[in-house]
Formats: sequence, structure tokens, C-alpha cells
Amino acid sequence: MLHYRGRAKRVLESLGIQDYDRIRVRRGRLTYEGILIPRPEILDDDHIILKLDNGYNVGISLNGAEIELVKRSSIIKEERAELGRFDPRKPKVPLIVTGGTITSRVEYSTGAVKSYERPEELLDKVPELADIAYVEYVPLFAEFSENLTKDHWTRIAEEVYKMLKGGAEGVIIAHGTDTMHYTAAALSFMLRNLDKPVILVGSQRSIDRPSSDAVLNLIASAKMAAEGEIADVMIVMHGSPSDEFAYAIRGTRARKMHTSRRDAFQPVNEPPLALVSRNSIKVINPRYRRRVKGESHVFLDAKMDDKVALLYVWPGMPAELLSDVADRFNGFVLAGTGLGHTPKWIIPKIKEIVGMGKPVVIASQCLFGRVDLKVYETGRRLLEAGAIPADDMLPEVALVKLMYVLGHTKDMDEVSKMMRANLSFEIGSRISLRDFPPCWGVCNGL
Amino acid sequence: MDYRGLGLKVGLEIHQRLKTHKLFCGCPSHLREDEPHQWVKRKLGVSYSELGAIDPAARFESIRARDFFYGVYHDTTCEVEIDEAPPVPLNREALEISLQIAEMFNMEVVDEVHVMRKIVVDGSNTTGFQRTALVALGGDFSAISTKWGDVRIATLCLEEESAYIVESKPSYAKYRLDRLGIPLVEIATYPDIWHPDQAKEAALKIGRMLRATDRVLRGIGTIRQDINVSIEEGARQEIKGVQELDLIPKIIEREVQRQLNLLKIRDAMRGRGLGEGDFNQSVRDVTHLLVESKSKLVRKALSSGKKALAVRLPGMKGLLGVELQPNRRFGTELSDYAKVFGGVKGILHGDELPGYGISEEKVSAVREELDCQGDDNFVIVLADPDSGKLALQAVLDRVKQALKGVPNETRRALPDGNTSFLRPMPGSARMYPETDILPVITRPYLEVVRSVRVKTPEQVIGELVEGYGLTEELAWELFDSEKDRLFIRAYLENKGLPSRFFASVLTGLMKSLKREGFDVDRISDKHLLDIATLLAKGELAKEAVEEVLKGIAQGKYKDVLQYLREARISDQELERVVDEAINRLEAKIKEKGERAFSAVMGEVMKVVRGKVDGAKVSKLVRRKIKEKLEEVS
Ligand SMILES: [Zn+2]
Repeated sequence: MLHYRGRAKRVLESLGIQDYDRIRVRRGRLTYEGILIPRPEILDDDHIILKLDNGYNVGISLNGAEIELVKRSSIIKEERAELGRFDPRKPKVPLIVTGGTITSRVEYSTGAVKSYERPEELLDKVPELADIAYVEYVPLFAEFSENLTKDHWTRIAEEVYKMLKGGAEGVIIAHGTDTMHYTAAALSFMLRNLDKPVILVGSQRSIDRPSSDAVLNLIASAKMAAEGEIADVMIVMHGSPSDEFAYAIRGTRARKMHTSRRDAFQPVNEPPLALVSRNSIKVINPRYRRRVKGESHVFLDAKMDDKVALLYVWPGMPAELLSDVADRFNGFVLAGTGLGHTPKWIIPKIKEIVGMGKPVVIASQCLFGRVDLKVYETGRRLLEAGAIPADDMLPEVALVKLMYVLGHTKDMDEVSKMMRANLSFEIGSRISLRDFPPCWGVCNGL
Repeated sequence: MDYRGLGLKVGLEIHQRLKTHKLFCGCPSHLREDEPHQWVKRKLGVSYSELGAIDPAARFESIRARDFFYGVYHDTTCEVEIDEAPPVPLNREALEISLQIAEMFNMEVVDEVHVMRKIVVDGSNTTGFQRTALVALGGDFSAISTKWGDVRIATLCLEEESAYIVESKPSYAKYRLDRLGIPLVEIATYPDIWHPDQAKEAALKIGRMLRATDRVLRGIGTIRQDINVSIEEGARQEIKGVQELDLIPKIIEREVQRQLNLLKIRDAMRGRGLGEGDFNQSVRDVTHLLVESKSKLVRKALSSGKKALAVRLPGMKGLLGVELQPNRRFGTELSDYAKVFGGVKGILHGDELPGYGISEEKVSAVREELDCQGDDNFVIVLADPDSGKLALQAVLDRVKQALKGVPNETRRALPDGNTSFLRPMPGSARMYPETDILPVITRPYLEVVRSVRVKTPEQVIGELVEGYGLTEELAWELFDSEKDRLFIRAYLENKGLPSRFFASVLTGLMKSLKREGFDVDRISDKHLLDIATLLAKGELAKEAVEEVLKGIAQGKYKDVLQYLREARISDQELERVVDEAINRLEAKIKEKGERAFSAVMGEVMKVVRGKVDGAKVSKLVRRKIKEKLEEVS
């Protein structure tokens, strides 16, 4: 194998050199010797990368370089200490792997990142898991979460269903963090009558680093899945920048609110369900489905219509955009401004689309708070036009829910009724004053 | 000592902080003394297979169990330092400076710089790794010359400074994040150095070249040396954190001494027919034998719930007391291991007992309990049972290593020139690419660097001699003590400054005050500039400078003006002192006339030295003598 392209590929191929071969390069006053490292595709084809014996990688220009093969690739399989074992007497908790950095490890001889192959490898990094659960490893697919579609959600839901019916006490899903909250919402709607915990977990710092949020996140997830009372779909990730506790956040209320922080996931319009530390689970929010002992009575209802769009309203948004979208989709969610408003000139267009039998749901790009279309003229006219308010649902949750609803009915009255009904705690009746986390003043003692 | 014959090999690693913002974020390279605004608690999740150290199981457990606290400053550190955001692209100015330095040393710059992650598990980086990049390589063409021969520069790396350690306990460590991420270059030489003094000269020359760029940070802690030392039959040691150049030869001499003594211990052990199998000893609880002990040390430990654990060291009698370095015995080395691996406070061993209030009788009881015969020795620790067992196991392991000679270690430089054990020398560093940072092609930066002329240290000195009327020796002293820029500023701001005198204040006087134990850290650049101003205006006597500085160092004066207010003698006062001296020496003046001047002068200066300009005193003394003589005649 040779992961080089263009000029570098031609040069290396002509010398019969492959990835990880030991080579010698004379260039200028220096002679380099080391292992040829594959070159990431985004980089140019004028340099090769060598890992020198002191461990450093350097890039060497091909201009004027004399290259020779010293030795064929002879990567010694890295010595791995004996791995621990899971105890089958502990609660059975399958770990469904869908991608993300929570099950990746580095081969130091090459710098390559590989995925775990066996559950025991987890114990190398997180030995605490063995005390909590009997973890089975279920590799489902390996995909960055930004590439997931409705079909992936369905596959995950089917797998979870199978596991719960097979006697699992709870299920953990290892998932990339970007769209984890979309998957969480989808599972919340698809897994009906849920009576065991279903946990989505990921890491903002990949587990191959010595400092990774994955360790605490996995421990907390296993704890919630094996011992927790809450039988909902939840995201369990860091609750602060410290490795001290995680929050269990309801799948229909969670949102990734920071690009990189460990505590990026925040609940919107309700408190977290629970605070989970290494040793304890403290329930914060009493609104949850309770775990039922013994056999699971969950059923799967994965019918979805993914011809649904989510549009962000902006000042000056042209009305024609809605026609274009309406042509290609069966319904859409508008993340409106403020209480759920849109420019006045698109309201006739909305009326027209609703008239075609395509639902238009209005959420708010404020995220926090409730959509209210009765306060101002614009809102009232939106209601008259047939728009459906998303209440206190997140725009992303409204999107996933609309897919689910349209998977079940195209009847506009029925759609409206279902969208406004609370199916999986995605809609609440009250928002407490403390449920607004961007509390700069409070956090800074002002 | 015949260092050639011993096969002494020394290599240097010099770390120098650069004068620019942090390497992977926009924060300033600003060090803090105040309490951080927030503490974040973290764990390190290293795995067995990643660690691969000498005692993986124990090390693995102890690292995982340890809490690390990081002090955040909201105004000068950001999400990057606390590892809540990925690094931003490599600081281009830092790269330029490191390329400039590489050029100065005539090194070969790599075509494309790749940032790596070097695994570090002591918590000194929030990520668990240090970001480091190899920027340039050297060879025969990049040697610096010394009196003892050439020393080749091997590598130049650009890397991030670690976090500043505030507190370290076996169960936790606290770090501040102000220092984390400050760019530094690491310059490593080949082990071409064969004489202790050569190491100092090489370090001095490298340091001078770095300073000549004027793009590196100056002051305490901004440059530090690690020294790699080995002798033929011994083993390579990495000695960390040498901050004073003058200490380098002593550290090397004492390391050689230590290795030679360890070899003697090895030979003695072999001579006594000892083998590794002799040290598979089990740990015994001897608490019951020591409960009644009069030793304060023992009583204090036992009353706080600790146990006394002991282990037999067959055939080792007398060897634990062997001095390896002045005041450091083989027992001290064992104690270091017990501290590092078991987190205990130290050990007690048979070669220092009876002692510490432990009686002969108690010692016999312990020996009996352990079945010690003839020349058997033993070690006791006072600790909780788990730590104590780890500590004694580490002691046994270290004694086994003594049979082979000198183990490879990372050691810490102590202020007296000795070294203490820090950790086993890591195997080859665990390094993998930093995927958050794109590689950088160096050519465009190299072109910029090559367009700028950089002065050599010799050129900097030449300018000081030419432009400011200094001797070459004084100029070097100013440059080496990093006071050259302060001097130039004082010179330019103060017409009429006695430049040589002021230069000697900055160098010789400051050095001697420090040697005498004055707290010279209290003397700021502002103080020194004020002195220059007052000297130039003639408002402060040269003789007074030493007293002003001493007073400031002692906290007696907060600034130079305060000294002038409180200590300066008024004209009237001076006149009174002179009159008194003349009256006292009246007889002598009558006898010798004006030749009595020096006697009177001496008497007066005893009282007013440093408080008034000497020239003024002599003028007054001459006048008064004349008056006196006129008066008597
Ligand atoms: Zn920063």
C-alpha cells in the first residue's frame, strides 16, 4: 500500500517503496533515515513524510532528494498488556458502535488511528467499566455523525430494539457528537413504550489521548444503563470542564451548544434528568419514564418520511425560496425569529404551501423559550396561514418529529394534532426560571 | 580526574522561551503570581499498553487515581490551555524565531514542520501530551567550538512550555496554566562533551547566541539546561532543570562520582556473592515492635494510624551508608525510590540505626523479627500498608538494579550540585502526529529570516565597547547577566552617567549582594534606573549605591528617593561631623599640618560613607583643616 498521490507516488513507486518502509533520503547537507508515513490527502504531492528514529515526523521535499529503500515495512505489532475481562454476572449492557472518536486508539509506531475490535480493549482505557456492567461490543457502522441519515437512525433503533428484547438491562450507543442530538430525538420517537435506559455517548476529546472526556462519559453511561432508574433515550456527557460528573440529558431536549467544550451538550427548556458521577446517580428532573424490571415491552415504530427540511429565517429571506423547498419536500420546519416570526412577505407563500397539504412548523431560533404566535400581528397571520407552532420544542427536534409524524399520516389535521401533542417529553407545560443556562451574570457572581 | 579515561560523555538540552505570544493560541506569554480565577479538575486516562514503563501496573494505577487541578486565568488564558478547544495554527512568529536560531547555528531546516504529540503523564499538560515539532537538524557543519573541542548541535525543536506546578502530592497535583503554551526552542547537542567545564562553556556559548537574537525571553526560568551524563561502565542519566550555568561542572563531577561509587557498591555486592534472588523478600509488619518506641518520628506516625513495615536486605550491611555524593548515601537513593513509587515520606535503614530515637534494643527486635543474620541489613517505612508495600517493593527493585551497576534515570538537579531520583528514564518517547495542526512548509519563512541580519554575540559586545566606553570584560558581564539592555537605556536617558561605574553596579555589585544573601529580587529595573538618574545628576554619591541597594533588598527603603530623604546627611550635619573629627584629632593636626588630611578624612568617612559625595567631604575637610591651622597659629 502507498498513500501518496501525484509526483510523490510516481517517485516512490518507481523505487518500489511502500507505506511504512524504512528509507534513506539524502537532501542538502543531511541524510534522513526513518519510516515512510502515509501522507494525508489534503497535503501536496511534493513532500514525503518520514518518522525519524527519535519519534519525530518531518516532511522532506522531493526536490533534489535521493531516496533509497533500506528495509521493507517491518512494523512490530505493538506490545499490548493483557486485557481485563467483563463479568457476565453484571447487568448486560451492549455498546453499539456507530462511529466517533470514543473507540479509537493510536498505533504509536505509525501514528495511525484504529478502531477498537473487542470490548476488552475498552478496559485498557476504562477498567472501571468491568465493575459496572457486562459490556457486549456491537459494531454497527463507522461513520462521522455529520454523514448520518434517517436510514442510520432506523438501523440503530432496530439494533437497540433487538438488544432490549434480548435481555439487555440498558443500551449504550457510541456516536459522533455533531448530530448526536438528532439521533437521540429520532430514537426517542421510534422506540415506543421504552422501559430501559438507552444512552448516547461520545467524546469531545478522542479516547486515544491521555486526557479524554470519554473515560468519565463511558463510566457515567454504563452506570445509567446498568443501574439507573430512568428509562428514556438520553445523552450522557460531561457536565462541566472538570472530569467530575456528567449530565444525563433527555434525547428530545439536548443540544450541542459549543463546538469543542467537554460540556457542549446542554438541556434546553428543562433541567438535566440526572447528575452522574463515578459513584452516584442523582436525579434532578422528576419527569421521566421509569425502568421496568425483567423483560422489556418496548416496540419499534420506525416509520419516517425524511422529505422534511429545516430552514433558518433571516431578515430579507426571499419568499421564492419557500416555493423551491416546497417543491422538493413534504413539509418543513422554519426556525423563526423571536417568538416564532417570519418576514411578512413570506406568509402568503406559507398559506399557499399549507394549502398544498404540506405542513409548515414554526420553531424559534432563540432555542430557549416557547414559540407564541398569538402575541403579535405577524404571529396571528402565520396561524391564520396554517403554520403549526412548535411550542417549546427545539427546531432540530421539530424537524425529526415532523419526519416521524409524516411517516404516519399526511392528513393535515392529524399532523397538526400530533405535532402539538407530547409524544416523548419533547414538549413541556412549564419552563422554570432556572432553566436558562447562558447565565453569564449568575456564573460570574454578578 | 581523568575524564577521558572514564569515558565521560555529556550532551546538553537547552530550553529557551521565545519572546512572542503562546504557541497554539493567541494568549500572551504572561506569567502570573496571583491566585487563579477558577480551578478545573481532571484525570489522566493512560492505559497499560501505552505506558510501557518499568513497573507498569503500579504506575498505571497511581496515574489513574491521581487528581490534577488546573488554575485558569480568565483574562490571560483561554479554552486552548484548558484543553476545551483545539489549538490554533502554529504561531508564525515563534516559527520564524526558531528558524532564525537554526540559521545562527548553521543547522539544516526541515522542509516541512510536523507538530507531534509527545505523551506526558505527570499532568503538566492538560492534554496529557506536549506538542513539539522538529524544526532543524545539525551535524559536523553546525558545531560550536570550545577550549576542549567542538560540540555539534544535533536538533532544534519548537515546543510548548508545560504548566507551572504549584503543589504535588501522591494523590493529586496542582498546576497553573499561565505558563502552559509559551513557545520554547529546545536545542540538543550530540554527546560530544567530555569535560565538565566544557559543558559549561558550550551552554554559555549557546545561551549567548540565543540572547543575541533579542527575540528570546530573559530572566529567571526563561532558559534552563538538561544534562545527559554517562561514563563508560555507568549509564546515561538525564538531569533536569539546571538553571545556573556555574553549577553545570559541579553537577557533572558529582554525577561521575555517584556512578563510580555505585559501581563500587556493585562490586562489593558481587564480592559478597549476592544475587537477584536474595532480594525477593517479603514485607513484614513490625508495628508491634515499635509501639513503645521513644522515637518522636515513630510515635507521630503510629499515632496517626500508620504502620511500620520492614524488609530484610541480605548481605547489605554497611552498603546503605556508603556515600555516593557529599551527604547523599546509597540509603538516600533507596529513599528517593520509596518516595516516588510509594508516596512515603522516607525510609529508615539499618546503617543509620540506632538513631532517630530508636534504641539498640528496638533495632535488635526488628532484626530478629526479620531473621537478619550477620551482615544482613533492613529497611523500615512508616506509612499506610498499601503505600508502604509499594515503597518497599521499589526499594527491593532498586537494590536488585544495584547488582547490575547504574540504572538509567531521570534525575533532578539540586541546588548544591547533587541530584535526586525523579523517575526511571522513559523508553523511546511515545509520539504521534498532532492532527489538529497542519504541517507548515518552511521555505517562505526561511526567506524572511534570511533577509534579516542577526548580530552575533561578539558584535553585540563590540557595540557595547565602542558606543558606551566599556571594557570588553564589563561588556560580556553585562551581556551574560542580561543587564545590557537596561544599561543602554540608563545610558541613553541620563547624560553624564558614569558608565563604567554603573555597569559594575549592574554586574559585580549585584552579584556580590546576591552572594552575601541579600534578597536582590526586591531590586527592580526601576530602582536601578533611578540610581542612574541620580548618579548622573550628582544627587547620589557613588559610595552610597551599595547602601541604597542593600536597604532596598532588606525592605528598608521602598525606593531610592526614600533613601535620599532618610539617609542623606545635610550640609550642617556634615559640617558637625567634620568639626568633631578635627577636634578629636587636634593634636595630630598641630603636629603634621595638612598631612593630617587622610587621618581626618578616614574618621569622617567612617560616619558618612555612602551618605554624601566623597569629593564634597574632602573639600570640606581640607578647608576645615586649613581653618584650624590658621586658628592655632
Ligand atoms: Zn490561550
